[in-house]
Amino acid sequence: MRRCSTSGRSSSRADAAVAERGGVEGASTARGWALAGPALGWTGVFFLAPMALVLAYSLFRRVGGQLDTTLSLENYRRALTEEVFRTALVNSLEVTLVTVVISVVVAYPVAYLLAYRLPRRRGQVLLALAVLPFWTSYVVRSYSWLLVLAKEGVVNRTLLELGLVSSPITIANTRAATIIGFVHFFTMLVTLTIYASLVQIPESYRKAAHDLGASGLRTLLHVTLPLSMPGVIVGAFLTFVLAIGDYITPQILGGASELLLPQAIMLQVQRAGDFPMAATLSMVLLVVIALAYLSSARRFSLGAPR
Amino acid sequence: MRRLGSVVAYTYLALVYGFIFLPVVALMLFSFHDGLVPVPPFRGPTLHWYAELLRDERMMDALRNSVWVGLTSSALATALGFLAAYGLARYRPAGAALVRGVLIAPIAVSYLVIALGLSIGANELGVGRSLTLVVVGHVVINLPLAFAVISSQMSPAQERLEKAARDLGASELRVLALVTVPVLLPGLLAAFALSFTLSWDEFVIAFLLTRFDVTLPVEIWSSIRTGLDPETNAVGTLVFLLSMGLLAATLTVFSRLRRRVV
Repeated sequence: MRRCSTSGRSSSRADAAVAERGGVEGASTARGWALAGPALGWTGVFFLAPMALVLAYSLFRRVGGQLDTTLSLENYRRALTEEVFRTALVNSLEVTLVTVVISVVVAYPVAYLLAYRLPRRRGQVLLALAVLPFWTSYVVRSYSWLLVLAKEGVVNRTLLELGLVSSPITIANTRAATIIGFVHFFTMLVTLTIYASLVQIPESYRKAAHDLGASGLRTLLHVTLPLSMPGVIVGAFLTFVLAIGDYITPQILGGASELLLPQAIMLQVQRAGDFPMAATLSMVLLVVIALAYLSSARRFSLGAPR
Repeated sequence: MRRLGSVVAYTYLALVYGFIFLPVVALMLFSFHDGLVPVPPFRGPTLHWYAELLRDERMMDALRNSVWVGLTSSALATALGFLAAYGLARYRPAGAALVRGVLIAPIAVSYLVIALGLSIGANELGVGRSLTLVVVGHVVINLPLAFAVISSQMSPAQERLEKAARDLGASELRVLALVTVPVLLPGLLAAFALSFTLSWDEFVIAFLLTRFDVTLPVEIWSSIRTGLDPETNAVGTLVFLLSMGLLAATLTVFSRLRRRVV
């Protein structure tokens, strides 16, 4: 029976049972691949091939309305040096990083209070409540903020009534509006990831710190916070990736005030009809995301319990 | 000190929850607004805008399209995800890690870039934009999640059940239909519901890959471009309530099945 085993890693009893039935492991591998075949085919044809096309197009150029398929890095040079593209990248990075920081700062105390300060049951109910607006459609959520932040909207009306301002302030169609929309969505997300980390920390750790004479603040800074870093990092990473690739929020809330990277990509597709430039900017976006992954993956292992 | 701490804590929670719910409440409240622009002071309530919405042919078409795209793409993603998860868990083929990596890969790529890739591909092949293309794109983004959810539900206990069925003489197909699928039903259902939710809400792929027949998020997008409109509030409120209903139904069925199986 063991003799038939060709791949070294399978040694469990369940495996042996399967191999016994399937005869040699080769047949088992063939069956496994056959079952995964349709999913692999779909991903290959409709994901890997299009991604290869994006990569190829990023090296093409659109010259005088024609596609020039000579491979060149010209578009990458333009993406990183031309004012409009470079600004879009810088804007995107700024808006995204500010969003990440504010979301984590707002969400951490919420997750902390729900996990530790409230009775367990009430904490869970409030957590479910906190993610309720997730279920509004994403496009509608941005629109709702427009409603609130508009010149005549709820916020301005309240400020005017309270006499805090004498004339309506402009929030809609600014960077601030984009950030508010992002922070709203990602605070919910980051609260979830941090909460998940916090409830996994054994209560005995905090009790031990307390018994050894650490103050509440000291316990928070030296025990709870370091141990909850995985939740913070995962939340921050997800926020970064989803925010920097999002077209909807900046387009609806930020409007035409400034261009973020996804808006620049969309403009290339829709207005300029320049698929190669859109592909190049997309590759830049993917590289930024990959860099974020690499840096947070390293931090993640540093933050894990030692 | 303790009391003061509690006051600060609850005030902070109240502020954050106020922030989280402000736009949703404004959206819902002003869907009943008796006026042309949904801004304060509130007048009403009226159901006028809901009546307008039901008469809005384009919105209703978009709603039907969204349901169709959601059901088709979720069914496909769940079926493909199930087959792959089952194949990898049961037969542990050589190269399983590679298969897993390839199937999960689309998660790492922004929807916008996936949409661009499919757009360029369709362009190269001379295929026109259509809802079918949107289904294709939505299967791409949902397959990794369906695969991951169903994979996580594969267990040794279930494998023993299958083995028992085989030992009792059931054919491979019978085992699949009478043991594997029923036992995995909560996972399959969760994968389907998750896929449907994502497809139902997805904008950028649907936006780039459709022309005349569009999905609901794309139609809402076009209506936003003309400014604030209580009818948009009404459709937003309905979408929210539908999603909540779907969520509640899924959770109920899910917990029932869970109890039955375990």
